Amino acid sequence: MTIAIRSVEKQFGRYPALNKVDLEIADGELLALLGPSGSGKTTLLRTIAGLEFPDAGQVLFDGQDVTYASAAARRVGFVFQQYALFKHMTVAKNIAFGLDVRKGKDKPSKAEIARRVEELLKLVELEGLGGRYPSQLSGGQRQRVALSRALAVQPSVLLLDEPFGALDATVRKSLRRELRRVHDATGVTTIFVTHDQEEALELADRVAILNNGRIEQIGTPDQVHDAPETAFVCGFVGEANRFDGQVSGGRFNAGALTVPASALKDGAATAYVRPHDFALDEAGFEVLIERAQVQGALTAVTALTSDGRRLEISASRADADRFTGAVKIVARKAHVYAA
Amino acid sequence: MSVIPLGDRDVAPLAPRCWRFWTLDDDQTMTADTADQRPPVQTVRKPFFRKRSAIPGFGLTMGVTLTILSLLVLIPLSAVVLKAAQQSPAEFWAVATSERAMAAYRLSFGAAFVAAAINGVFGVLTAWVLVRYEFPLKTLVNALVDLPFALPTAVAGIALATLYAPTGWVGQFLTPLGIKAAYNPVGVVIALIFIGLPFVVRTVEPVLRDAAADVEEAAASLGASRIQTIARIILPALGPAWLTGFAMAFARGVGEYGSVIFIAGNMPYRSEIAPLLIIIQLEQFEYTRAATIAVVMLAVSFLMLLIINAIQAWARRFD
Repeated sequence: MTIAIRSVEKQFGRYPALNKVDLEIADGELLALLGPSGSGKTTLLRTIAGLEFPDAGQVLFDGQDVTYASAAARRVGFVFQQYALFKHMTVAKNIAFGLDVRKGKDKPSKAEIARRVEELLKLVELEGLGGRYPSQLSGGQRQRVALSRALAVQPSVLLLDEPFGALDATVRKSLRRELRRVHDATGVTTIFVTHDQEEALELADRVAILNNGRIEQIGTPDQVHDAPETAFVCGFVGEANRFDGQVSGGRFNAGALTVPASALKDGAATAYVRPHDFALDEAGFEVLIERAQVQGALTAVTALTSDGRRLEISASRADADRFTGAVKIVARKAHVYAA
Repeated sequence: MSVIPLGDRDVAPLAPRCWRFWTLDDDQTMTADTADQRPPVQTVRKPFFRKRSAIPGFGLTMGVTLTILSLLVLIPLSAVVLKAAQQSPAEFWAVATSERAMAAYRLSFGAAFVAAAINGVFGVLTAWVLVRYEFPLKTLVNALVDLPFALPTAVAGIALATLYAPTGWVGQFLTPLGIKAAYNPVGVVIALIFIGLPFVVRTVEPVLRDAAADVEEAAASLGASRIQTIARIILPALGPAWLTGFAMAFARGVGEYGSVIFIAGNMPYRSEIAPLLIIIQLEQFEYTRAATIAVVMLAVSFLMLLIINAIQAWARRFD
């Protein structure tokens, strides 16, 4: 199922939640909608699902206009942030619900439904828990039930709203892999919303970054991380040190830092340097090391420049000893944007 | 390692385990002297009666509760039972199962059940309207629902009797249809519906309000129709609260006296409720007979509330 969003607009009161959003999603793709809270990512997901309807623009499923079709007519599988499980039903009944409410000849036989439920429980590794109630499950298990309930109707597209938001870090990591595995096993086009860039970059084929109801950039995780198109994307995806300065004569200057910026006109600009893009170099500018802490394979360094800026530097663990006292560093790479 | 004399304190059985742990350290050999330097610890007995709770005040609150319950509920009810026990079992049985008494029980419990069931339907509907929609004068409607709680029941009874009497505002339209709504068991049910309505509305309302909207959206996204969503998702989730409201309306209906006697007509064997029969016995100074009927009502009510509680526990199995 390919999905196309064409200049979709949506307002809540006087507040624009989506502002002329365009987005194309390929068949079988795993796409992340990444953005801070209030960026419109959940509204966009709900618009694709048919739980919210746009004020203007179109939503196309396989070229068909479904802008005002209901969620059921679109055959979407939606996984809610708080799972929205039916707490008075067993896990098996929850998963079977979408098949059970069908009417006439569309409704599978009891044996068929039971077989499908077993299959899905196996897919999400919850075999034998079909008779439990949701209250008897852990958060991670509930998440899996919600996922298999959405998959039971063989949806044309699987939509997940902050799927791992309510879980602790370890469960979150394992479920991330689980979702990737389930996606690869079923091949269903999948879109998920997250505010966690690490989650988006690790899991998705492509990431769409939203801010203030607009899509700032769409690309593979590498593209958005290494070639951010806007200052917002650069600051939001991955860590970055921000420098406000001036461009003159094709070079950006902010205090001690000087980097090439040939594409920009003279004037105020902002540069972002990733912590791992700083390197020790005698030709560079001097900083005073405040603190160097080994974290796994890396050394996290905090340094002060001569004009009082605090920098985050990431170096290899082996270099930990070299970051003491006053050292000279250079920025090997910087992303500069006109202010 | 030397042998250490065991003290005669409660702590003794615990001690050897600690020594074994200590002697893992080879350099320091434990002696009787060093062991004795550790101050002996007295074991505290586990609380016997009540489970230890971090919330203080158990003694005070439980004491007050038991005192009030005894003074206001248990002792008066025991007195009723004792009074009824002043006769022989055969006499008790004869009075308790007399034809007039049986008719009164049937009416009291039957009408209360029917009224609670009707309230069960309209109460949920009222709660639904109050929770789900915004409309003008909503606060007024909201207050009206509570009125049966506050109104003197006799006032309600007289008003209902006037309205539903064959010549009354409502009754005059029912008479041509062949419906007699006052001075018969139908009148009893009408009075009990009035009395019981707020119970169902007020117990169901908060649960309906807390029901998350995403559950309904989930059902809709899975292809359920609106009717299916209501029947299979919303109403089952209301079950336990609905049963509580039903039980309260029913219990209130069984005991209701003031409003019913004005509209019931109070004909023995036909429209005479059990509480009225008790009053009639009292007025004839038949205290033992009155107590006998009271004991039967007490037993049946208690049994029914127990059963409803059991159903409720079952309905809450998923919580």
